[in-house]
Amino acid sequence: MRLAILAHLLMVLLLAPLTASAAPGDALTIPVEVQIQPAELAAMLKAGDTPPILQVGFSVMYQQAHIPNSQYAGPGNKDDGLLNLKSHVDALPRDRLVVIYCGCCPWEKCPNIAAAYKQLIGMGFTKVKVLYLASNFGADWVDKGYPVTRGG
Amino acid sequence: MSRVLVLALLLAVGANASAKTPIKMKPGDAAPQFSRTDLQGHPFDLKAQRGKIVLVDFWASWCAPCIVAIPHLSQLQKKYGARGFQVVGISMDDSANTTKETMQKFRFNYPVVLGDAKLGNLYGGVLGLPQQFLIGADGKILAIRSGDFPPAALDKAIAAALKKIGPS
Repeated sequence: MRLAILAHLLMVLLLAPLTASAAPGDALTIPVEVQIQPAELAAMLKAGDTPPILQVGFSVMYQQAHIPNSQYAGPGNKDDGLLNLKSHVDALPRDRLVVIYCGCCPWEKCPNIAAAYKQLIGMGFTKVKVLYLASNFGADWVDKGYPVTRGG
Repeated sequence: MSRVLVLALLLAVGANASAKTPIKMKPGDAAPQFSRTDLQGHPFDLKAQRGKIVLVDFWASWCAPCIVAIPHLSQLQKKYGARGFQVVGISMDDSANTTKETMQKFRFNYPVVLGDAKLGNLYGGVLGLPQQFLIGADGKILAIRSGDFPPAALDKAIAAALKKIGPS
């Protein structure tokens, strides 16, 4: 039992430097009211209502498939990614609707989305929507038949 | 002028072909072949593993459940390696250096190759991690797992697959 606890503690310590800016689980702190469901965003896109959409995950994922017209901002768990996100939205009015998504991992394990959300809130954006992808982008968006752009 | 138009058309067709929808994998499909030099410096060819039970593990340093799985995968490699089981890790990190840093923190007793969008698309689009493909001795996919899953279930699946190819 003690060995198991020690092993768990060791794993937590080893994981810590890999997730410097945001810990997996931080996504659970994102208020439900700012989350947008995939079906809702897909309906908005279908209606031609396209807010700025930013992917705040990893480039290998974005290169495979992404939401049409979404821009790659970079991972929210890296300072570079957050800086890149800032530069993408800096010129926008702070009351403009901005949508962010990741979907690299199950929602509660995502290392990016909460840090990106906090960054936008910290910049004064008042209408941030966070795409809720329970499992990942593949399962909750692509496999549902919602529109995607392939390739980087 | 017409040559320019033909060239533009060819480029457009080429771009479209590279961005075509990947074929979704399912159990029973032949596992897509790939060969790359692993990050330990050795060549890895999936075709050369024919006759073994292979676990293709798509993972990344930023994926917490993937990291948690590494010791379990090493344990399975140790437990079943002699009976014809092989794990191969495909890192979906954006850079080899990131993967190498992770490989210094954990003990990998199986090859790890650097993946990319091309390899992800070859396996039907790896658009979320963790994702694993268990491949039979005949090179066909036995099972596909994604997200969090208990290591015990994987152990059971490997043991069952190995039972079919030889004595325990």
